Amino acid sequence: MTTRGRKTVRSKVARRLVVLVATRKGAWLYHGDAGRKTWRSDGPHFLGHIVNHLVLDPRDGRTLLVAAKTGHLGPTVFRSTDLGRSWKEAVRPPAFNKAPDGQPGRAVDHTFWLTPGHASEPDSWYAGTSPQGLFRSEDGGVTWDPFSGINDDPQYRKWMGTVQDGTPDGPKLHSIIIDPRDPAHLYFAMSGGGVHESTDRGQTWMPIVAGLEVVEGLDAAEITFHDPHCVRLCPGNPDRLYQQNHCGIYRLDRPSSEWVRIGRRMPRRVGDVGFPIVVHPHDPDTVWVFPMDGGSVWPRTSPGGVPAAYVTRNGGKTWRSAAAGLPEGQAWWTVKRQAMTSDVNDPVGLYFGTTSGELWASRDEGEKWDCIAAHLPEIYAVEVAAPA
Amino acid sequence: MNVLIPTPLRSYTGQRVVEARGSTLGAVLADLDRQFPGIRFRMINEQDCMRPHVRFFVNGRQAFDVSQPLGPSDEVVIVQALSGG
Repeated sequence: MTTRGRKTVRSKVARRLVVLVATRKGAWLYHGDAGRKTWRSDGPHFLGHIVNHLVLDPRDGRTLLVAAKTGHLGPTVFRSTDLGRSWKEAVRPPAFNKAPDGQPGRAVDHTFWLTPGHASEPDSWYAGTSPQGLFRSEDGGVTWDPFSGINDDPQYRKWMGTVQDGTPDGPKLHSIIIDPRDPAHLYFAMSGGGVHESTDRGQTWMPIVAGLEVVEGLDAAEITFHDPHCVRLCPGNPDRLYQQNHCGIYRLDRPSSEWVRIGRRMPRRVGDVGFPIVVHPHDPDTVWVFPMDGGSVWPRTSPGGVPAAYVTRNGGKTWRSAAAGLPEGQAWWTVKRQAMTSDVNDPVGLYFGTTSGELWASRDEGEKWDCIAAHLPEIYAVEVAAPA
Repeated sequence: MNVLIPTPLRSYTGQRVVEARGSTLGAVLADLDRQFPGIRFRMINEQDCMRPHVRFFVNGRQAFDVSQPLGPSDEVVIVQALSGG
């Protein structure tokens, strides 16, 4: 695919892909053939490490970053430039500023999210952490610094809330998005803490939460109570974003700053709660989600034990199930926010990893699914990339 | 002085026991980081606090602060806490 302004051009040239799988107990790479039919496992890497994200730099096709920690040791970032044959640790992983003497400071528990920078800024990367922090590297992930001032900004610290306002695994900054047309135009999201936008390279930020619902009984005017699970920008139209929120599925068409809930058209028995959302690499009207049970005590399992992706081909006006090949019952897993993604081939390939350690793939935009790996640890993130 | 390294950190040292210098526990950890870059941050966070699941013992007694003074013949033992999971 090549990008020309807002238009994208599909490429039918098959490229060998690698699926990058981050799990609670290490990382795996699955190397595909040209037809995406067979996958060769390479792993585990960092066995025993909690790996939250594993991302290949699309700008050079060779720099691979891993956000890792163990149950006992502090967080770090590992780097490879040979697809995992060798690794080096970051010299300075993401870490908050030291607090002045006598004042409480924050410590990064884990780096949760990695985003390569703009195409015009080689070696730049962004990282989101738990608790919520935003960091940037300008040397391919070797050294990291706090980015933009939000980590210590009193207003943002208030919006970040407390541990009780975050996920069960700690509050997180995620969904770091760079506008492909403008490296100064950035978005990020926080669970909890809402969605935020900067148009001046992070010097200033503004929340974008209008139209988003919050948990019943809470005040939607309070930024802290907003829980965006995953936000994606459409490569086929960078003025369109989609969001899977704790309270529904939404679409935002800029320059509007008001999200529109498009999940109301999902089947009522399924609902529109979930973690991941995947945008089509070319068609801004096509989006996939993977709903979960957000009823009663929030089981966070597939509704009714019947896992299914759902797709809209018209920007959320209608949805249909895309579940052929998936278990038809008694499958009580779900898919986390970073664990579903797409490639850019034609037709588009989709990939997701489950909390029960299965890796699934579709070569035809979700019409049929195949399990390409099983018995892995709980899968936290799945990315797909084309190595150089 | 000798410092016993727990298995999760031996990817840094390659050895079970290493030598380090310093008049406080913090100085010894800084010396370890000079020898084995990155090892300190896995044990001590950016606020200079011990991470919750790492324990330090000096001559068999647990140390709770990196400012604890050390003598040249003291022995430091680093262990991962028996915190399960």
